[in-house]
Amino acid sequence: MSVPYKSDKHQYVGGNGERLDAIDKVTGAAVYAHEMVVPGMLYGRIKVSPYAHARIKRVDTSKAEKVEGVRAILTGATLDMILGLYMCDRHILGRDVVRYQGEQVAAVAAETEFAARRACELIEIEYEPLPAVFDPEEALADDAVRVHPDLHTYNHMRGVFFPQAHTNIAHHQKIRKGDIEAGFAQADQIFEHRFTNPPVAHAPIETHVTIAQALPGRRAHIITSAQSPFTVRNLFAIAFGMPHNNVRVQIPYVGGGFGGKAGIHLEPLAYCLSRQAGGRPVKITATREEEFNVLPSRQGLKTIIKTGVKNDGRITALKVKYMWDAGAYADYGVNIGRAAATSGAGPYVVDNCWIDSLVVYTNKLYGTAFRGFGHLEVLWGVERNLDRIAHALGLNPYEIRQKNVLRTGTTTITGEKITANHGRPDICLEKVAKDIGFEDRTKAPTTGPLPKGKVRGKGIALLQKSPAMPVFTSCSAFIKFNEDASVNVLISGVDYGQGTYSSLANIVAQELSIPREKVNVVYDCDTATQPYDWQTVASRFQVMGGNACIDACHDCIAQIKQVAAQVLRAPEHELICEDERVFVRHTPDQGLSYRELAIGYTYPNGNSIGGPINGRGKYIAQGLTHLDPETGQGKAALDWTYGAHGMEIELDTETGEIEVIKIASAFDVGQIIHEGMCRTQVQGGVVQGLGSALFEGFRFDERGRMLNPSFVDYKIPTAKDVPREMTQHFVETPQLDGPFGARGVGEHPMISIPSAMGNAIFDATGVDIIDLPLSSENVYMALKGARKTRES
Amino acid sequence: MDYDIELTVNGVKYKTRAPASFTLIQLLRDKLHLTGTKEGCGIGECGACNVLLDGKLVNSCVVLGVEANGAEIRTIEGEANGEELSDLQQAFIKHHALQCGFCTPGMLMSARDLLNRTANPTDEEIVEAIAANLCRCTGYVTIVDAIREVADAKSKGGAK
Repeated sequence: MSVPYKSDKHQYVGGNGERLDAIDKVTGAAVYAHEMVVPGMLYGRIKVSPYAHARIKRVDTSKAEKVEGVRAILTGATLDMILGLYMCDRHILGRDVVRYQGEQVAAVAAETEFAARRACELIEIEYEPLPAVFDPEEALADDAVRVHPDLHTYNHMRGVFFPQAHTNIAHHQKIRKGDIEAGFAQADQIFEHRFTNPPVAHAPIETHVTIAQALPGRRAHIITSAQSPFTVRNLFAIAFGMPHNNVRVQIPYVGGGFGGKAGIHLEPLAYCLSRQAGGRPVKITATREEEFNVLPSRQGLKTIIKTGVKNDGRITALKVKYMWDAGAYADYGVNIGRAAATSGAGPYVVDNCWIDSLVVYTNKLYGTAFRGFGHLEVLWGVERNLDRIAHALGLNPYEIRQKNVLRTGTTTITGEKITANHGRPDICLEKVAKDIGFEDRTKAPTTGPLPKGKVRGKGIALLQKSPAMPVFTSCSAFIKFNEDASVNVLISGVDYGQGTYSSLANIVAQELSIPREKVNVVYDCDTATQPYDWQTVASRFQVMGGNACIDACHDCIAQIKQVAAQVLRAPEHELICEDERVFVRHTPDQGLSYRELAIGYTYPNGNSIGGPINGRGKYIAQGLTHLDPETGQGKAALDWTYGAHGMEIELDTETGEIEVIKIASAFDVGQIIHEGMCRTQVQGGVVQGLGSALFEGFRFDERGRMLNPSFVDYKIPTAKDVPREMTQHFVETPQLDGPFGARGVGEHPMISIPSAMGNAIFDATGVDIIDLPLSSENVYMALKGARKTRES
Repeated sequence: MDYDIELTVNGVKYKTRAPASFTLIQLLRDKLHLTGTKEGCGIGECGACNVLLDGKLVNSCVVLGVEANGAEIRTIEGEANGEELSDLQQAFIKHHALQCGFCTPGMLMSARDLLNRTANPTDEEIVEAIAANLCRCTGYVTIVDAIREVADAKSKGGAK
C-alpha cells in the first residue's frame, strides 16, 4: 500500500528551470565529437561518385598509395557488408554500381586531413554511365530504369515491409478501411488534386562526425555524433557479425540531428578504415557539402488525393496515392512511407479510406528520418486539399475541419478508437483560429483580376503525429544516489538539443521530492555503461524516458523505505518520502534524511545496513500491434499529439515575396513537463517549418547532380525570416499512460507550417499553389500564370 | 611551409607554428586547443566560428592563421570572467537561448560585437547583428530576447 503525499516544495512538473546543458554550451566547454581526439588517431576522407547512376569499371589506387602518410585505402570491392535497419540495400562503399551523385565509392585514412584528401583525389575510378531515373512517378513506369535490379533478393523486415520484385518500389503500404467505392457513391462531389514536396536537408549546424577504432579481439569503440547509441551498436554488431558487448558506442554532446543522425552513417566506414590501418582510430568529419549531398535527406513526395464529399463538407471517401522519392536507398524511407500512411488522411474521420503509399527508388540522394517523419509532406497535401474543397463548396475552412475532425468515439483510418484522453485537435484549431482572427480573413476571389500591391491573407491547418516505432520499443533508466543524496540519471535517449534531459530532471526531482539542482541527467551516452533505449526519434523520448525515470524513482523510494522501516521501526506503508526525507506518517519528526540512507545507514554503534540506493526503471510501449499487411488496420500509435497552426502573411504580388505577420500554434501536449522546453521546441520547430515552406528544397540538374549543396545556394531561415509575432498555446488533455499525462511535441511544431502558408496565399490571392517551396520565384510564377488565365 | 605566429587570445599570449594554409579556426582549435569555437560550414556562411580579431567580428574559417600574427583575439572561452558568467551568457541561460549549442559560441560573439559597437541597439539592429549566424534549433526568438535584455540593462545602467 502506498501513501499519497504532496510536498509543495519540490513541484517541478510544468516548471521552467534552467537547461542542464546551458552552462557548458554558453562557455564553449561542451565537448562534441568534432573536437574529440583519440591517441594515434588518423583522419579519414571519402571520395564520391560524380554520376547519378554508373557502373564502376576500374579503380586504381596506386597513385593514392604513394601519398606520404596514407595508412589505409578502401574501395567498394574490398567491403561486402550490407547495411540496413528495415531494408538491407546499401553497401558501405558503392560496389559495382553507384546509384546517386555523392555516393561514397572510396575512402582513405592518413596521418593528416590534407594527406587523406590528396590521396582521395588521386584515386582513379573509371565509370560507365547508366541511364537514370529521377522522378518517383516516372520510376513507377513498367519500362523505368531499375535502381535495384536485385531488389527481390534483399533481406528486409518481413511482414512489415513489402518490396515489389522487379520494380522500383521498396515498400507498398496499404490502408484499406470501409468501402471506398460506396464512399464515392455517397458523395455529392468528387475532387482530385495533386501536390509535391521536394527533398529537403536537415542541416544541423554540426555535421556528422565519427571516430572508430578496431580493437583487438574483434571489438570496436565508436565515438559519434548520433541520435541513437543502441541503434548504432545494434546495426553495427549485425553488419560485422560481432557480439553486441564487443561494440562500445559513445555519444558526447551532439550539435543537432532532426532525424538525420537517427540511423547508422559514417561509423562502419571509419571502423573499416581503422581495421585496415592496423587498429589505429580513424576520425571522419563530414564537410558541409558532404552533409548536403552524401548524407541522407528528407524524401521528396508526390501526392494525388481524390476526395468524395457531401455538400455540407463531410468527407465520404478519400483515396490517396503517395509516391515517395526515396532516392537510391530506402532503408529508413520504407518506414516513413509506412508511418505517414497511417496518418495519411490527417486528423479526420474518414470511414471509407484507401491509401497506397509507395516508397520509390530513384537515382538521387537517399532519404531518411526528418523531424515529423513524412507528416509535413503528407499534411501539405491533406490540408491544402481541404481548403480547396471548402472553397469549391462555399464553406469556411474552419467549419469543414471541425465537421470532419477526430472526436471521442470516432475511429482513425487504421481502426484505432479515439477516447476522451486522446487529445483535442478541435480545441487546438479553435485556439489558433481565434488568435489570428481567422473570421476576418481576406477571402480573395478566384476569378477576375488578381489583387495588386501588397495583400494580406490568413490560413489555418491541423496536424497530428504519433511515434513510428516497432511494437516492442522499450526504454530504461538508472538513477544512482550519490553520497549527498544528489542523483545521477543514466538514460540512453540522447538530448541533442531538444531539451528532454531538462524535462526529465523536472520529473525525477518531483518524483523523488528533491531539489532539481540535485538531479544530473548525464550527457555522455555510452552503451557500455548506460541502460538500453531504442532510439531518440519520433517524439517518444519524453514519454517513454519519462515513464522509465518514474519507474526508477519508485524503485529508489522502495529501497529507501525498506531500510528506513528497519531504522524507524515502522511498517513501510506508514512511511512518507518528501523533501529529501523519509518519515513516519503520524509522527513526522521520526524520520531520516535521504543523505543518511544514500549509500547505506549506519547505526550509532557502527552497525550498517542497506547500501547504495540505485534505482532501475523501464518502460515498453503498451498494446501496439502489427498492421494488417493488406488493410493497414491495427494499433501503431503509442500516443497521438494533435495541433494546429494559424498564420497571417503579407504577400507582395509584384515580387512573390512573403512576409509572415503572425503564426499562432497550439498543441495538446497532455501535460506540460517543462514550460520553457515546450515553448522553445515550438518556436524552433515553427521556424524550421518556415524553411520548408518558404525556400528549402534540393535542386538537381538533368543528370541528377545536386545544384545547391551549400549554405550559399541552400538557404535555411535566419533571424531575419522570423515572423513578426509567434504565439504558443498548450492544451492539456492528459494521456493516461504518459508521464504525468504528457505527450511528445518535439517534431510537431514544423508539421503543417507549409500548409497554413499555402492556405494563407490562397486566402490572400485566390491562387492555389500545389508545389513546395513557396519561394518568391515560385509564388511569382504562380501569380503570373493565374493573372494570364484570369485577366485574359 | 610553417610560419611562426604570435598572438594573444583572451589575454593569453601564444607562440605557435602553422602552415600558411591553416585558417584561424584551425589554429585556435588544433594548435591552441581552444575548441569552443565551432566550424559549421568552412566557407564563411554560418557564423558558428565567429571570433573577434582586434575587436572586429570575423568568420575564423575564412581568415588565415598567419593573418592573426600579432593580433588580439577574443573567443567564447574569454566571454566569462573565470567562473563568473558574462551578462550575455547569463541571459542566454535564462531565456533558453540555445538548444544543441553548436551555433551558440559564434552567436555569443556576434552579440558581444553588437554590444561593443552599439550602446542601445534596436530590435532591428539585434536581428541584423545575428542574421549571419545560422541556428537550426531555436527559431532565434529566445536569442533576440536574451540580447535585448542585456542591451536594455546596459543602457539603463548607462543612463544613471
